Amino acid sequence: MQGAAETLFFLSAPLSFCSARPSGALTLPHIQLSPPMESYSWEDLQNIFLMQGFAGISLFSVLLLMGLGLAVIFGQMGVINMAHGEFMALGAYTVYLCSTLTAEYAPSFGPYYFVVAIFIAFIVCALVGAAVEWLMIRRLYHRPLDTLLATWGLSLIMQQTFRSTFGAREVTPTLPEWLMGSYSPKEGLDIPINGMFVLGLAIAVSFALLLFMYKSSFGLRLRATVQNRKMSGAVGINTNSVDRLAFALGCGIAGIAGAAFTTIGSTGPDSGSRYIVDAFLVVVFGGAASLMGSLASAFGIAQAQSILEFFLEGTKGKVATLLVIVVALMIRPQGLFPSKVRAH
Amino acid sequence: MIFFRTLFKTKGEAISFAVFVALIAIILPLALPIFRLNLVGKYLSYGFVAIGLVLLWGRCGILSLGQGVFFGLGGYCMAMFLKLEASDPVSTSIQTTPGIPDFMDWNQITQLPWFWEPFKSFTFASCAVFLLPGLIAFIIGWAMFRRRVGGVYFAIITQAIALILSLGIDGNQGFTGGRNGITDLKTLLGWDIRTTGAQYTLYFLCVFLLLASALLAKYIINTRFGRVLMAMRDREDRVRFSGYDVAMCRTFVFALAAMLSGLGGALFVLQVGFMSPSLVGIIPSIEMVIFTAVGGRLSVIGAILGCLIVNFGKTAFSEAYPDAWLYLMGGTFIAVVMFFPDGLAGILDKSGTLKAKLSTLGTGLMKKLKPAESAEKASAAVAEIPKTAEP
Amino acid sequence: MSDRNFVLEVEDLGVSFDGFKAVDGFNFYLNRNSVHVIIGPNGAGKTTVLDLICGKTRATSGSIRFKDRELRGTREYKIVRLGVGRKFQNPSIYENLTVLENLELSHPTGRGVFGCLFFRRTPEIMGKCLEIAEQIGLADKLDTEGGILSHGQKQWLEIGMLLMQNPEVIMLDEPVAGMSVRERQETSQLIRKISQNRSVIVIEHDMEFVKEIADRVTVMHMGKVISEGSMETVQNDPKVIEVYIGH
Repeated sequence: MQGAAETLFFLSAPLSFCSARPSGALTLPHIQLSPPMESYSWEDLQNIFLMQGFAGISLFSVLLLMGLGLAVIFGQMGVINMAHGEFMALGAYTVYLCSTLTAEYAPSFGPYYFVVAIFIAFIVCALVGAAVEWLMIRRLYHRPLDTLLATWGLSLIMQQTFRSTFGAREVTPTLPEWLMGSYSPKEGLDIPINGMFVLGLAIAVSFALLLFMYKSSFGLRLRATVQNRKMSGAVGINTNSVDRLAFALGCGIAGIAGAAFTTIGSTGPDSGSRYIVDAFLVVVFGGAASLMGSLASAFGIAQAQSILEFFLEGTKGKVATLLVIVVALMIRPQGLFPSKVRAH
Repeated sequence: MIFFRTLFKTKGEAISFAVFVALIAIILPLALPIFRLNLVGKYLSYGFVAIGLVLLWGRCGILSLGQGVFFGLGGYCMAMFLKLEASDPVSTSIQTTPGIPDFMDWNQITQLPWFWEPFKSFTFASCAVFLLPGLIAFIIGWAMFRRRVGGVYFAIITQAIALILSLGIDGNQGFTGGRNGITDLKTLLGWDIRTTGAQYTLYFLCVFLLLASALLAKYIINTRFGRVLMAMRDREDRVRFSGYDVAMCRTFVFALAAMLSGLGGALFVLQVGFMSPSLVGIIPSIEMVIFTAVGGRLSVIGAILGCLIVNFGKTAFSEAYPDAWLYLMGGTFIAVVMFFPDGLAGILDKSGTLKAKLSTLGTGLMKKLKPAESAEKASAAVAEIPKTAEP
Repeated sequence: MSDRNFVLEVEDLGVSFDGFKAVDGFNFYLNRNSVHVIIGPNGAGKTTVLDLICGKTRATSGSIRFKDRELRGTREYKIVRLGVGRKFQNPSIYENLTVLENLELSHPTGRGVFGCLFFRRTPEIMGKCLEIAEQIGLADKLDTEGGILSHGQKQWLEIGMLLMQNPEVIMLDEPVAGMSVRERQETSQLIRKISQNRSVIVIEHDMEFVKEIADRVTVMHMGKVISEGSMETVQNDPKVIEVYIGH
């Protein structure tokens, strides 16, 4: 997602300044990125907004996929999965593994493996998720804060497992040719194809999830359990297995998010944890468990970050976005699309 | 006497507190070389955060994943004062602009930023150490508890605040020292804090303030306020409809926990000699929750011991097996949360209750043997009720 | 309408949940020192009315005046401090505190943060606790933990906790649900006794019990008042009969 931004930084000739430190301690070079707004022509600004907008779309897609997974779990059980980022990383590593295996054993399958890898990532994460639910989450039922802490413990373990298995260095799967490059409808404007692909994937998953929730019998059971757990149990819905499936589904979607992530960045053991706070905010800011809300807030957060990142130096764009969301949540804690169930 | 009763409900509590005092104030200083003792002092400064978490999380049921924010604010307030003292024009004469902290000079800042100015005063800095975290916590708490935000939401929002502050400090190198933090702190009002003598003094200052804070927390827990906190955790509506301002009570506890954390941060800086955003963000904030959980979220002493045990474990274990450390930490944490939610203190307590049960069984048998005497005792106990009710 | 004899005047009260009007144009006048019972089929909006009066739910229209003070928009704890107490449908007591501690925690002294911190158990407070414990029949259970009381005793304890606050209006949501016949009798005596110097609003289904305690009865259906008056008047009202038997 940084690609387009970096090209533009390069064009606008950033003034970089490395400090000479006598102490020899490690420092970040201080980079002056942003010339004043006046120095851009109208044309430039238009292109910047468009390009950062498209860069934001990749971020939006990943955040949306992360948020959807979290929202399914949070909506179903009122539980926050702190290891959700690690499930995303698990998905990404699965794709990486598929890529390596394909290159090794079936190079001719190279151009197509990615589509299959997405499904495998989903299945692997869903299976691990189901196991985690069985071993851990169901034993912590009615203790949402403790679940949050226990899943954080899990995230430590998963991160270390990634580090031991794949090493501390970031890995990138070989992406098929058709995902590379960009489409230029006019000069000075490049739309990356991987971004469009990821967007398509996120939209497809959202629709599939909506269909699943509102058309399948499992979706019906799931929604019934959310609304009245006791009653659902009484009418013969096995709420335990609904919980397990919901958790697995949420983790599986995180796996797809991981697959999407590989097209826009490289995967390291702590890749997931970098997105987790944003993903939480997507869910909370969208309004608990509202799919529409997740969609709107993922879009807002991703675009704000992406565009602000260009005009403000370093992490200030992210800080500004997060700050606005936190203040908004303090004023309106129910989020954008609150659930309209009568409170008890 | 009444005051003592409020602090320690049982004899066992008083004894365990005395043992704890002996451990950190006498045994450890005598047994450990100053390098190790300084390390204990550093861990004890996390103890302040743990005390706050016992009140906030254990007693009040509110999990904050942003206590590092307040620890960091307190620490930065102290570090800013010390840094200004270390950056006098003489010792910084090689800089382009002498008299400002070195990292500002490296970032081509030529004038001390306005918000650094008041930190030239020791009085201001030492008040800001706990007042600033308290004020910020009060504002956040008031905004959120008034709107009934709690539980998982509160945890996530405080976590986001921790991320914001650590990124904000990290990204403004010229004003805050950036990722390296504020380093090379030398003297406090002319007193060199790096000497062995100063480190001993600071250790005992830390122990003294920690014990005072622990007693304050124990006092709060055993007053009506402490009971209201527990009642709020379990039956929020009943408390509200008994005429208590639930939001205000929670805000107060959150602000108090923040003030304690700020104090801990300041003592950390004095003993360790630096402050950096790595002590502010998501991971340190949640680690402090781990210390508290391992020690026992309901027990003040337990939580402080949790800080010592986990950190010593980390030092010892991560040196020997750096790879396995995260497994151990994650695994321990899952185990504690799932099977021992009251932590070490809870485990010890249970064995205590077992003993108590055995002894009541014993006295019960005795009563059966001597019914007349036990009846006498019972009437004496009844007569005693109004006495204990007296103030 | 502002009659000095009314301690609580509710006029044109309404609330809608996402378009559904749970309470609509509700009028209600509470006499001093009397027992006023609200009855009605399930889902009539009875509990919602109590929620609206005590501030748990925000009304969308109308007014609630308590001794000429508007309660609508006042925060819950302030309404309680003004003198309106509320008991919940399921007994809501502090299970891990003793009966005495439950009562003491409800005493109005020291309800602010610092009041709590410097609270001391004075002889007056102790005396008040004992008096109330006597009244609710739990005087011999002062040191029993709330959690191990019987269901009926829990209900009484919660009423006792309200009495500790000495409110002028007490609202009881189904106080005898799940009680034995004997416990019901004792409860009706208790309600008669406490209404000697305060007003009581009761929600109840049990008609025998209502007959015993009610000075006045309001019948609700679909969020509206359909009849009001003494028990006999209401019982003979054709609209009421239709609602209860008609469908």
